[in-house]
Amino acid sequence: MVMATESQFHVLAVDDSLIDRKLIEKLLKTSSYQVTTVDSGGKALEFLGLNEDHRSIPNTHSVSPNNPQEMEVNLIITDYCMPAMTGYDLLMKIKESASLRNIPVVIMSSENVPSRINRCLEGGAEEFFLKPVQLSDLNRLKPHILKTKSKDEKRDKQEKQEESDPEFQSQQQLQQLQQQSNNSKRKAIKGEQDLDTMALPLWSK
Amino acid sequence: MRPVSEKGAKEKATMDAVAQLQRQLVDYTASLFHEGYLDDQFNQLRQLQDESNPDFVVEVVTLYFEDSERLLNELTKALQQQSIDFKKVDAQVHQFKGSSSSIGAQRVQKVCIAFRNCCEEQNIEGCNIFLQQVKHEYTLVKSKLETLFKLDQQILAARVDPGSHVIRFLQA
Repeated sequence: MVMATESQFHVLAVDDSLIDRKLIEKLLKTSSYQVTTVDSGGKALEFLGLNEDHRSIPNTHSVSPNNPQEMEVNLIITDYCMPAMTGYDLLMKIKESASLRNIPVVIMSSENVPSRINRCLEGGAEEFFLKPVQLSDLNRLKPHILKTKSKDEKRDKQEKQEESDPEFQSQQQLQQLQQQSNNSKRKAIKGEQDLDTMALPLWSK
Repeated sequence: MRPVSEKGAKEKATMDAVAQLQRQLVDYTASLFHEGYLDDQFNQLRQLQDESNPDFVVEVVTLYFEDSERLLNELTKALQQQSIDFKKVDAQVHQFKGSSSSIGAQRVQKVCIAFRNCCEEQNIEGCNIFLQQVKHEYTLVKSKLETLFKLDQQILAARVDPGSHVIRFLQA
């Protein structure tokens, strides 16, 4: 019932331009978000707790002074054009990661290229902002954060119920299946795998 | 009675000086927009400035100056090479276009767009012409922004320490 206030939401901003990092940080702080900025996709993944092989790193960390596991990231906003790893590459890595795929990702670009925009949205980005980003653009962020938060809360609730009620468990799995097939934005590769294993107990009833 | 009227006169002089500076600042800023040196993005920067960050605009623009000078040096070097790496030049102009757009430096941004076309065409002559043009536009907008900040500083100073600064200003 009680929604987390805006001041608790933490956004990770990724941009190789120092000026744009300063700008996006100010825009986000003005909109009452906590902000961390990094200058590359690689550093973003490190901050999020993944090493180059996309496995979770244990607590010790040589690069970031903050312990990534203690700072939950509610949204990632990234520039598209970056050397080494583009915003799209970063998006792909995030969606491939079981631990990170539910974090909403927004992509920014100074170039208005429709094919690029579509590719990003189809890849799972929630929004695509044209630079320079305006304060009014940031109003579009909250719904994506809240949607994810309520999904997480629902999932936590389900997990608690699963422990006490095995029949409830299979009913919930059916609902999750339906949700995943309705969601065309995310590639439900895992869902397809679960489909195979989940079908058996359902049809056997 | 005399000390009060002296004080009154000083205060009025301060208010007049500050008002005059403010008019100058408003007019000067308007001319920069009118002549296309700055666009609305500069206003966005001003809107972001607040008590928690009272020097935000100057900070961002100072970063822009430092970054631009580095980029222009790199561009100059890149175009002096025997065998020019046009992709690299294009990437640098793209960066410069981006940062200029972020602070509202409209004329610089426009030259960058044309510059990039020459990079795509691998047109050395065109690239050199646009390099000169972009340096020229950058120098212009830099000097105008510096004037703007100086005016702004004068207003701040006149408000903070009305006695000494106002008298100096009037004497000048």
